[in-house]
Parts: sequence; C-alpha cells; structure tokens
Amino acid sequence: MPLRTTAAWRVLDGFGGSVRSLSRSVSPESVEQLAEAFATARAEGWTVSFRGAGRSYGDASLSTGQLSVDSRAMRRILSFDPRTGVLEAEGGVSIAEIWRHTLPHGWWPAVVPGTMYPTMGGCVAMNIHGKNCFKVGPFGDHVLELDLLTASGERKTLSRERDRELFLAVIAGLGLLGAVTRVKLQLKRVESGRMRVTPIVAENLLQMFDAFEQRMPTSDYAVGWVDCFASGRSLGRGLVHVAHHLHEHDDPEARRSLAVEAQELPGSIIGLPKSLLWAFMKPFTNDLGMRLVNQAKYVLPEPVEEDGAYRQSHAGFAFLLDFVPDWRLAYGEAGFIQVQLFVPDANARDVLAEALRLCQRRGVVSYLGVFKRHRPDDYLLSHGLDGWSLALDFKVPRHAQRLWDTAAELTRLVRDAGGTYYPAKDQVVDAGSFARAFGDRLVRFRELRRRVDPGGLFANDQARRLGIV
Amino acid sequence: MSLVFSHAIVVGASSGVGAEIARQLASRGCAVALLGRRAAELQAVAAQIAATGRGRAITRAHDVREHELVPALLEELIAELGGLDLLVYAAGIMNLPREGEYDAVRDRDEVTVNLLGAMAWTAPVAARFEAKRAGTIVAISSIAGERGRRTFPAYSTSKAGLSAWMEALRNRVSRHGVNVVTVKPGFMDTRVLDQVERKPKGALLTSPERGAELILAAARRGGSPSVFVPWFWWPIAMIVRHLPSFVFRRLNF
Repeated sequence: MPLRTTAAWRVLDGFGGSVRSLSRSVSPESVEQLAEAFATARAEGWTVSFRGAGRSYGDASLSTGQLSVDSRAMRRILSFDPRTGVLEAEGGVSIAEIWRHTLPHGWWPAVVPGTMYPTMGGCVAMNIHGKNCFKVGPFGDHVLELDLLTASGERKTLSRERDRELFLAVIAGLGLLGAVTRVKLQLKRVESGRMRVTPIVAENLLQMFDAFEQRMPTSDYAVGWVDCFASGRSLGRGLVHVAHHLHEHDDPEARRSLAVEAQELPGSIIGLPKSLLWAFMKPFTNDLGMRLVNQAKYVLPEPVEEDGAYRQSHAGFAFLLDFVPDWRLAYGEAGFIQVQLFVPDANARDVLAEALRLCQRRGVVSYLGVFKRHRPDDYLLSHGLDGWSLALDFKVPRHAQRLWDTAAELTRLVRDAGGTYYPAKDQVVDAGSFARAFGDRLVRFRELRRRVDPGGLFANDQARRLGIV
Repeated sequence: MSLVFSHAIVVGASSGVGAEIARQLASRGCAVALLGRRAAELQAVAAQIAATGRGRAITRAHDVREHELVPALLEELIAELGGLDLLVYAAGIMNLPREGEYDAVRDRDEVTVNLLGAMAWTAPVAARFEAKRAGTIVAISSIAGERGRRTFPAYSTSKAGLSAWMEALRNRVSRHGVNVVTVKPGFMDTRVLDQVERKPKGALLTSPERGAELILAAARRGGSPSVFVPWFWWPIAMIVRHLPSFVFRRLNF
C-alpha cells in the first residue's frame, strides 16, 4: 500500500518549541526497510527528511507535508572493543546509550553536546561540538568511518581514506545526502568518572576571553556562562568553568565513579521532583525573573573545595541541559529560539560585545548566554571556524516581531564579521546570509548533492529556507 | 469567544443533520465540502446552497468504510477549499435487531461507519490542527452511547466508543488550541429514526434544522465542550448513566 495511505501523521517540533511541521512518518527497522521507504517516497513524489531525537532547536528535522524518517527504530550498538575504544552503532543510537555502554569500561565519547539525547545520525549531520571543541575539534573528527544509504538505495562506506570528498560533505551535511546507517567512532579513554571543575568569575566580556586564553592550554574543557542583562562596565560578565580529566591516582573514587549509577543526575532538586521543575521555573521566564536568576547565578558562590575546584561526574558536567527535564516547557506555549553567533577570533571581542549591546538596545535580552572557543575543520558545511561563539536563548513572546527583527540584525552582524552559522540551533538565518557565509563551499556541496541525489529526494524545511536545496 | 468557520468538511452531508449543518455553514459564507455515499443527494444539497448565493459547496461521493482513501482525499479537499478550520463528522447508521436476532456482520458495519470512520477522519485532521494550533473538530455521537442498550446494542457501543475517542482527542489537542466538540443528541428527526417503531413526538423530537443550529452554536463558542442537544437531555443522561445495572436491565429502552 502507498505511504500516503499507511504512514502515520506526526506533528514535529523543533526543540525550541516555536516551529512545527505536520509530516508523514515512518520508522524503518532495517536498512532494507529504509531503502524501501526511499523508493516509495520517490514514487509518490515526496521528499525525505530525517528525525532522530528532535534536539535541533529549529526546523532542521521538520518537513512540512513530506515524509519524515524516524531513525530511532534503528538503534543497535553493533560492536564495541573495550581495548581500543572503537564503537560501531546504527544511526538512531543516542549519546546516552553510548556512554552508558562504554563508561564502565573507561571510555567516554570524545565529543558530546550539552544534552545526551542526540542520535549518531544527528551528531554527524550537524557535526556537533562540545565544551572541548577548542582542543579536540567537532564530532566529525572522531568518526573513523560511516555508512551512507543514498537515494538510489546504494550503501556506501565512507572515511577520510575512502571517498573522502563525500565523507567531508556528509559530516555537517544536514542529512541531505542520505541516511547515516552506521557510524564507527573513536572514544576517549578516561580513568575516572569524574572531572575537576574550576569556576572562574569574569567581571566582563574581555575577562571572559582572557580567562579562556589563559586556561585553554592546560584544560580539557572550557565553557563560559554570560549574564546577558549586565550592561556598561559589566557587559558580558559571567562565569567560566574549566574542567580537567582526573587520573586514577588523583581520584580515590576513580573506579567506582565509572559506574553508570554514579553518573546519573539526582531525581529531585531541593525536594522538588525533577519532572515538575519546569513548572516551577515558568514564573521566572520573563525579563524581571530572569534578570534576578542571572544575578543570583553570578553572585552565589559555588561549593568549591580547598583547591578552588569541585568534582563533578562527566554526565553532570557535560549534560547541563538534561538537568531539568522538559525545561523548554518553562518558556511557555510559543517556545524559544537560540541564536548562536560564530565569529572569527580577529574581531570576536568587538562583535560579541556589540551583539550584547544590540539586544539590550532592542529590549530583547537573552535569558541564557553560553560562550565557547572553536577551531576550523574541513567539513563542507561545518560551522567550525578559528573563533568564538556566543549562544543566546530568547523566549518567543506572543507578539514576536521585535524578536525576529533583532534576530535578523544578529544574523547580519555575524555575516558582516565573516562568521558562520550552525543549523542545529538555527531557525532565523536567511538564504542570502547563509550563502555569503559558506560561499564556494556551498556551491561544492550543491554539486556533490546533484551527483549523489540527482532527483533531490532529501530535503527538509531548514534546507529549503537556507536555500541549500 | 465566537469562532468563524470559513473552510469546512462535513462527512455525512447527504441528508439529516449533516446536510443541515452544511447548509447553515454556507449561509454564513463558509466554503463547505460535502461528503457522503449518495452523490445525487449531495448534489441536491450543493444546488440548494448554490441557489442561495451564499457560501460555496463542493461535493465528493465517499464511503466512510473506505478508511484508506481518507489521507489523499483530505489533502485534495483542503487544496480545493483553500484551507480547513472545521471538520464535522456526521455519518452514522443504526440497526435495530429484532428480539433474539444477533447479526455480527451488521454490528461490525455500524462500528465501521460510526466509530472507525470517525477515527479515520478526525485523527489526520487533529494532527493538522495541532500543528497549526487552531481548528474545530465536531463529531455527532449520541446519548445512546451513555449506556449499553438492549434495543440498539452495536449502535450504543459504537457511540460510546466515539464519545471516548473524542474525549481522548480533546485531551490530546485542546491544550494546543484545538476545539474538540462532542455532540450527543437525544432524538433527532432524521432517517436514522425511521426504523424506530414508536417514534417519539413533540418536544422530545428535535428537527435537523434546530439540531444543526444548536450544534454549530456549541462549536462556535469554543472551549472543547461535550454537549447534549437539546440541553434537557443532560439531566436525563445523568440519571440514565447512574442507574444501577439491576434496574437498567429491566427497563425497555
């Protein structure tokens, strides 16, 4: 029977909850079923998009009126070698499933984002990065090999040595070249399940840059939190957290802390069940409430030990976004968006300060600012660059025009600064700015796509908006 | 709050309250797609609508037993209407078995039309409305669904199922701004009642015109109500619903 008759209807939303699509959905359980879905979709005149955990903030996994392939039915870990730390998994396997499998053996994914739920397919398609990007690069740098199922149903094995050009396009390729059905990853050896985390106060944005510059050479992870309400001489103030892996001889708890149970986040916070916490956050998701929350976070001391640091589990440090389940619901019915500004090192200090001032002038202040250092990579559509990023979360109000206008101004600011865009977060960038940022790389990507997917089977709402397809 | 409907699909519009709902929607300028098994009757209703010069009607012969045709037909109708903000599921059949008669085929047919047909139509429309955070879904259930009834066993079963389905749908999508309306008429003077031996008369019997007015008024008010039509069936239903089984089984209705 045709998919038009049998496929389930699914209302898909971006993680920010401010954009949706009504799509038809299938959940193939094997490569053969997936290939069949491609063929049927083509016969019925549908495009195909991919949906893993739905953790992209905007419209990356949406496709209005078209077929969405749910990758979560293909979620087997295929192999893991505890001696080498090499793991093979299907595209629908999540980061959470991987670390729970490997950490007891002393291996941790080399790159993880701020949440543990994204799938392998999504991590490849977005070339996600973590708080250690400055040191180990993005996700793609740790992919040894991957299998791609193309529009014609052909299965290609790609690596840096084998069909390198396609490999470099599939990573950060937004799922527009085919389905990633298998990923072979190199994990990172860890001796302890905990890290030493040192908080550093930055009284303004320049101090934040300085703290990074000073600490990066000797740190494994570094991430900045910015209070976007602070202005004047305090503009860009916040906290920098740097973290170091612990060696077995530094940590008496090393072996025990590798257990999955030692990593799990607490079930309740100050006596409140975690599952309901988002509802208690809701009264604060307005300008006044978030000004107070940011102020408190900046002022309140953290429980450091004598060495000025505290010990935190890998999961606790890495997956801050999972700490409060469903926290996105606290933003209310219209949701929120994230704008992450990627700016070259040369002008980042000025441009990011200007971005913060611009938001304040427009009365559209981010409730959460996150600051990171990046490095360039060789994937065609990757956001990686020799520079810095500032991620800004904005609540979408009932009358949102001012927010969209400000977001467009931020997009132009990045464009004029020679920066890049990161589709995992994006829902506001226009095709012109995207083309400017990626220039010749976008042209090459399109050529490659014409070769691998001449019928244009793969597309999604974001790729259409950004003018990639 | 008063909703304005501008693009509607009425399933079961060839006669009875469905036809009347279509006429009243069109009289307020709504573009209506009329669906039913009998093409000639649909066209007659469409012709009446065209004659008034208000609204717009398109017709499509469709048997709600053919669930697999719904997705494509729905897309086609929405394109033709230019949008959708109201679905009315008014298709229904009733079979009164004789004393001592047990007809599994006809029983299944009733459930197929009254319940499964409603599910096939309302589910994809609910998905669409959830995605756009707006829209109204109306299904004509029945007071008969409040209890299992000896005189129309499969009918009351299908309507009980329909009421539960609509409640489930309401619980899923009303939080997303979708208006889900369950209508439970008492006795409506339509073909369904023709087979009843002692047809009720007077105030107990509601005309399709009056019924359609009440149904559309409830739909326009919003707030995802479940309503008895007319209202006086509500206290009666409350009593019937709470009659203990050892009493209920001895009654003749």
